[in-house]
Amino acid sequence: MLSYIVKRLLQGVFVVIGISILIFIISRIVPGDPARMALGPRAPQFAVDELKKEMHFDKPITVQYLHWFRGVIKGDFGKSLNTKRPVSKDIKDFFPATLELVLFSGFLLIVFSIIFGLLSTKYRDTWVDSVIRIFSYFGISTPAFVRAALLLLIFGYLWKLFPVFGRLSAGILIPKRVTGMITIDSLIAGDFKAFADSLKHLLLPSIALTTGPIFQEARIIRSSLIDNMNKEYIAMVNAYGIPKDKVLGKYLLKPSFIPVVSVMGLDIAQLMGDAFLVETIFCWPGISRYGINAMLNKDLNSISAVIVIIGIIFLIVNIIVDLVIAWIDPRVRLGGS
Amino acid sequence: MKTCLADNKSRKKNIVSESIKENIKIFWYKFSKNKLSVVGLSIVILTMLLALFASYIAPYPEHVQEYVDYDSANLPPNSTNLFGTDIFGRDMLTRVIFSFRDALLMGIIVLVISVPIGTFLGLIAGYYSGTWIESTIMRTTDIFLALPPLLFALAIASVLEPGFKSSVSAITVLWWPWYTRVVYGMAQSIKNEYFVKNAELIGASKVHILIKEILPNCLSPVFTKMALDVGWIILIGASLSFVGLGEQPPKPAFGQMISDGVRYMPEFWWMVLFPALGVAFTILGFNFLGDGMRDALDKGVR
Repeated sequence: MLSYIVKRLLQGVFVVIGISILIFIISRIVPGDPARMALGPRAPQFAVDELKKEMHFDKPITVQYLHWFRGVIKGDFGKSLNTKRPVSKDIKDFFPATLELVLFSGFLLIVFSIIFGLLSTKYRDTWVDSVIRIFSYFGISTPAFVRAALLLLIFGYLWKLFPVFGRLSAGILIPKRVTGMITIDSLIAGDFKAFADSLKHLLLPSIALTTGPIFQEARIIRSSLIDNMNKEYIAMVNAYGIPKDKVLGKYLLKPSFIPVVSVMGLDIAQLMGDAFLVETIFCWPGISRYGINAMLNKDLNSISAVIVIIGIIFLIVNIIVDLVIAWIDPRVRLGGS
Repeated sequence: MKTCLADNKSRKKNIVSESIKENIKIFWYKFSKNKLSVVGLSIVILTMLLALFASYIAPYPEHVQEYVDYDSANLPPNSTNLFGTDIFGRDMLTRVIFSFRDALLMGIIVLVISVPIGTFLGLIAGYYSGTWIESTIMRTTDIFLALPPLLFALAIASVLEPGFKSSVSAITVLWWPWYTRVVYGMAQSIKNEYFVKNAELIGASKVHILIKEILPNCLSPVFTKMALDVGWIILIGASLSFVGLGEQPPKPAFGQMISDGVRYMPEFWWMVLFPALGVAFTILGFNFLGDGMRDALDKGVR
């Protein structure tokens, strides 16, 4: 198992390096002068030349890459052309908000997909099942940002149940920064008012992010549960007269969970991408607004940094998924049948 | 002798075309038995008709160009403007109808370019598995598949000049690896089948083996994936245009209209609602169609 993880990690490192080369090449062969773009059309030529020199744009691309790579290993992603600050500092500021949103959404995703999956199996072919099915159709056919806009319209403006933007209401002090995630920081500071308020702000964007994947996964769990229901060991368990709910929750759920774990991992990683757009709608001050500004301004250092970091997160999520599968599935854990 | 051979050939052709007809019949029977897939097909046909004949169907075709009429700006849905008007006084219904064009065109262009490339690379990688050809191709696909597609598309589109063309190119660049992976798996197992070994023994050329022997057996999952992918491509295209990296105004696009509408959210709700329903409707149609195709192809037609 350990050697497998090490192998996966090494593979992952190669993939991340590959991503960085790819994004580097794409960003440098494209026409347009990033230094000129950063300074504007009216800047004098010598200023542009100076910036080019500072950013190493005047050297061949391989030298540029090696220089950049050497920095990245030390945690230095270069300077942002947009904010004029070191990219690593920018990311440290903006990233926790996104991480908070994605972690909370991932939590909702796991808990509610299991709940809805169990419900639609228990009440198979009743109205409960149909409602969950309809939501799953709705979920796959709307982009996350469309769901965000619709939810904001209904729950934010029409019924006014949730705050419409930001991470905290006006008048509530931001707790002392420890992790940068306000919900956790407020708990550490013991400020429950701030905690409740930040949770309320977190809810609507997370629902927008997860309403698609939750119902899709509930459907996968349902079909997997129904597949396993016909197995002999379940007939055996039933013959013992064990209550139906216990059979469903204990004996059926674990083996039925295996196929959904990898999809779930993929979806949680996908949340990072979707968060980009949902954050814009809810004015969530995360890495998305930073990344999108960088993208619209061709701020190459920031774009590469954001991409590489998300690549690394993707990799970590995939490894966690493998571990979870090994933990659930004895066939994988013990190595072959 | 010669005529006999020719006869044989034509008979063989006949049998093949008969069996294709039979397969299509079975496919259609299974497909049409599922109500949802028929709904999906109807939605897809409807959106295609809307896209093709947008200039005849839409009530104010001139509203997709530069057009300003502040007197009729910000009107809620009414009898002359069924979907209301936007802040420049342009008819929302017209703009939504024209948006189907870009959305469908994007799906088609991306697939037409990326599917043959991906399929071809997958075939080669699967057939030459265990060699450097396989590892080069498959490790490259790993890199492309290691990021959320939406984010990757954003990154690529961002370094290009914003517009319809660059958003299409960005999605095309990252779409082929999915097909490479699907075909690779199929080709790898098929290459060990007896009919491929036979062809190799007879001395058939590599091109013949790849195209005539292996490829036809890989096509069913490719077609299914294509039908399912259109919805996904439209979704990513809408996301790019939402950020401002897609079709540039005054030409309409779903994402761009939604991002404009969000700014005027509580009062002018129709500027968000109708484009949102438009894009959801299109994607829903393609998803139903794709699901139906998968189910119909899965069970039996081989």
